[in-house]
Amino acid sequence: MSTTNTTVNTALPTYTKKDFESGVDPRWCPGCGDYSIINQVQRALPAVGVKRENIVFISGIGCSSRFPYYMNNYGMHTLHGRAPSFASGLKVSRPELQVWIVTGDGDALAIGGNHFIHAMRRNLDLKMLLFNNRIYGLTKGQVSPTSELGKKTKTTPHGSPDYPFNPPALALGSGATFVARTVDVEGAHMGAVIKAAAEHKGSTLVEIFQNCPVFNDGAYDFLTDKAVKADALLRMEQGKPLLFGKDSKKGIRFNPQSAELEVVTLGEDGVTEKDILVHDAKREDPTIAFMLANLSTRPGFPTPIGVFRDVSLPTCEELTWKLIDGAKAKKPDASLEKLLDGGDTWTIG
Amino acid sequence: MSTQVSVAKHKVEQVETVTIRFVGDSGDGMQLTGTEFTRASALAGNDLATFPDYPAEIRAPAGSLAGVSGYQVNFGSREIHTPGDAPDVLVAMNPAALKTNLADLKPGGMLLVNVGAFTPGNLEKAGYKTNPLEDAALKQSYKIFPVDMNKLTEMALAGSGLSSKEVARCKNYFALGLMYWLYSRPIEAQLESIQRKFAKKPEFAAANAAVFKAGHAYGETSEVFFQRYEVPKSKLAPGTYRSVTGNFATALGFATVARLTGRQVFLGSYPITPATEILQEMSYFKEHGVVTYQAEDEIAGIGSAIGAAFGGALACTTTSGPGLALKTEMMGLAVITELPLVVVNVQRGGPSTGMPTKTEQADLLMALFGRHGEAPMPVIAAQSPADCFWAAIEAMKIATKWMTPVLLLTDGYLGNGSEPFKIPSLDELPKLKVSYQTSPNYADGTQYMPYLRDDKLVRPWAIPGTPGLEHRVGGLEKDSLSGMVSYDGMNHERMVKTRAQKIRNVVEDVPDVETFGAASGDLLLVSWGGTFGAVRGAAEELQARGKAVGHVHLRWLNPLPKNLGEVLKGFKKVFVPEVNDGQLAFYLRGKFPGVDPLQFNRINGKPIKISELVGKVLEVL
Ligand SMILES: Cc1ncc(C[n+]2csc(CCOP(=O)(O)OP(=O)(O)O)c2C)c(N)n1
Ligand code: SF4
Repeated sequence: MSTTNTTVNTALPTYTKKDFESGVDPRWCPGCGDYSIINQVQRALPAVGVKRENIVFISGIGCSSRFPYYMNNYGMHTLHGRAPSFASGLKVSRPELQVWIVTGDGDALAIGGNHFIHAMRRNLDLKMLLFNNRIYGLTKGQVSPTSELGKKTKTTPHGSPDYPFNPPALALGSGATFVARTVDVEGAHMGAVIKAAAEHKGSTLVEIFQNCPVFNDGAYDFLTDKAVKADALLRMEQGKPLLFGKDSKKGIRFNPQSAELEVVTLGEDGVTEKDILVHDAKREDPTIAFMLANLSTRPGFPTPIGVFRDVSLPTCEELTWKLIDGAKAKKPDASLEKLLDGGDTWTIG
Repeated sequence: MSTQVSVAKHKVEQVETVTIRFVGDSGDGMQLTGTEFTRASALAGNDLATFPDYPAEIRAPAGSLAGVSGYQVNFGSREIHTPGDAPDVLVAMNPAALKTNLADLKPGGMLLVNVGAFTPGNLEKAGYKTNPLEDAALKQSYKIFPVDMNKLTEMALAGSGLSSKEVARCKNYFALGLMYWLYSRPIEAQLESIQRKFAKKPEFAAANAAVFKAGHAYGETSEVFFQRYEVPKSKLAPGTYRSVTGNFATALGFATVARLTGRQVFLGSYPITPATEILQEMSYFKEHGVVTYQAEDEIAGIGSAIGAAFGGALACTTTSGPGLALKTEMMGLAVITELPLVVVNVQRGGPSTGMPTKTEQADLLMALFGRHGEAPMPVIAAQSPADCFWAAIEAMKIATKWMTPVLLLTDGYLGNGSEPFKIPSLDELPKLKVSYQTSPNYADGTQYMPYLRDDKLVRPWAIPGTPGLEHRVGGLEKDSLSGMVSYDGMNHERMVKTRAQKIRNVVEDVPDVETFGAASGDLLLVSWGGTFGAVRGAAEELQARGKAVGHVHLRWLNPLPKNLGEVLKGFKKVFVPEVNDGQLAFYLRGKFPGVDPLQFNRINGKPIKISELVGKVLEVL
């Protein structure tokens, strides 16, 4: 019994960015970070090697969630917070499709918090792009689960008393096998991360810091302003020491005594490059990745961008279909007659 | 092996129908005993219906009134519509069971009690000041058979090496053996069933078989019983049968759809009493093309199903009342995206978590109207456990044919109850064909318009993986052609009306109702869902008494059958019995001005009895 008979095995067409544009004009506010994100996604997809008709974008509700309408793929614009549930059903049912989720911080982590953690822990091959503007955009400026403590918004005029979520840490804690972070203004970086996400097989979170010029303008200036960028951003690269700062003089060291990460400066207190933690997203144990994800919440530490974790584990849909194929192999003569006739029967007449 | 050596010793009386209720502590194995006895009755060729009644607590304190679990089976040589009004035989395993069930026993009925459990402690837990078995009035009202099943079980297992706790657990097989003897059932199949059930624990198989045989032999030798009974084979239509519960039949129906179409049936669900078994049973149908997904909650359950439906699967989701409440926002999405989906609601007592293990029909109005905005959906209801099979197939057929979510209502009474299911031959099954749009459907042959409808107003179903038909669906109002987001007011009005008209068009697939009895008369009973059996039984009885009473049963609640208005007009009075506070009656008043049904409502967690309904109808005739 085939799942579908519509996927034809022909060579991949050579796509350009245009092939992924639906022709519908985006209606985000001028200057919204979402523009640069869609731009990077449309530029990355031609190189991903999946046919356009096999790509599906599923979103929830929020400014960011209008995304599927602007893409020339199959798409669903669903309900607030629920995108992972639709995506999960589709992916289990049709594992051959490449399924993306586009969501906002409120969508994914407030109303959708439960679906978020379960999508991550199941390791379904779902690629979630979380546009984090630390505010509710579509409902015009209320506090979100990623807003900073003390944040003043329309619903927190005296400052928010809630501690925020850190999405990569939450995803790692939930078992996500690919977790990354990037920034809307870092086009090249974002493109590379999106491509890596596309190539990963398993639950994928890409947090994208996104500026909302209307309701939370400058939320990421502390990272992205030219003047501070070098000291504030830590670019994680696979196999490379975690160095940052002007002239890459600062680094992250694992201190075995305190079991913590610390910032050190090359050449000070005898610190050399050998002391610096070498980034390895392939570690199956997520502990270091978790520590890195949490760096940004500690004063005096840089905010890491790049891939925190990238490990390969059998996916939920693979395991599901293995069970199904196993059941079919065990009962090769299963038929409608056998299905109906099973169990204790008796005959009358 | 045969223990029926001296049949001649006891008089054997033939009876047409019998209702037996097994009651005991939750831990006494009454559900198993009832199911096994049901199986024996089915294999003996009787028609039957069952009613398991168990507490919501998994293990209430032993001996307590709250912990009583019961299983009633009505079997007979004539057609059986319900699990029976009042038991002819009550098998009570302890004082609490007696206390909570005695009132239901037929006057003069047979009361079989496990006196071994009538200890001072158990009597006290049941709130008895004195031993009720010594009550003279009780002895006068019923035929009492006190049997010390505890002791007899212990004796049968002396030297078995089992602990006293393990021994105690076998006593339900003593009761079962005794009932096998009383109703002249061959014991071989049961002994085989015990072997199968305890295949991994041979010492338990041996023990239960020994106790079962001891129970059987007790009937034969104890001189307590003067006669046995025999219920001849019923005159069910010729064919091969199996016994099914409604939940199993629903699962079987969906698996059949997978086989009939060669397509994937996808169930996304979350456990909830009394719907859980559908998910469990469907998980065993993998080799037939069924994919099950146990989601993190019911919202994700239906969400996963809608996602799978977008991908081309024949999708369904199963739940009960509170779960249906959670699914309402998603049902609206399925309505506006016009994707096929079956939502099964196995109704239970509400509101809120209400009485989860008790049955009710109180979600009708929610099924019809429980969505925000104008969001009509076809609603159908199964009428008996075996009918759940046909209803599941029909619901899926309608969903895919009309590109719409469909609500299928069953209830706890149907879901847990069982009856014989005549296994259909392949040509008795509906022809189901599911096809997807594979080419552009618009203008110059290059564009795909997801909301371009056919003459029945059905939109095409193009699924991911199909080149050239890439499109987006979602919850925002759709342009009536392209499906793109549209805030145009006139377009919205057009879409609301079109969606409503499409669901009205489904009436084309709704058969006219047939009146049981004459097409006109004094009173028409109108029922829907699980009360079918009781109402049909009442109609039969009233007609036998010469009353001009008809019965119409509604399988379709939306759209209603075309001829219903005419049929209602044929009778002087319309009478609607329901296990709710009058929801169908309310609906009919709105749909058919001038029709003001009389009502009979039972909301005590128990199915309607034929006798009480007959009494009510006689009062108003
Ligand atoms: C069930 C439900 N509750 C509330 C809303 C209202 N709502 C729409 S978007 C939104 C918040 C979106 O914030 P975020 O996810 O951060 O996305 P952004 O708009 O910032 O991209 C809310 C509360 C809704 N559409 N549905
Ligand atoms: S409100 Fe903010 S997030 Fe939404 S579109 Fe405008 S700028 Fe972008």
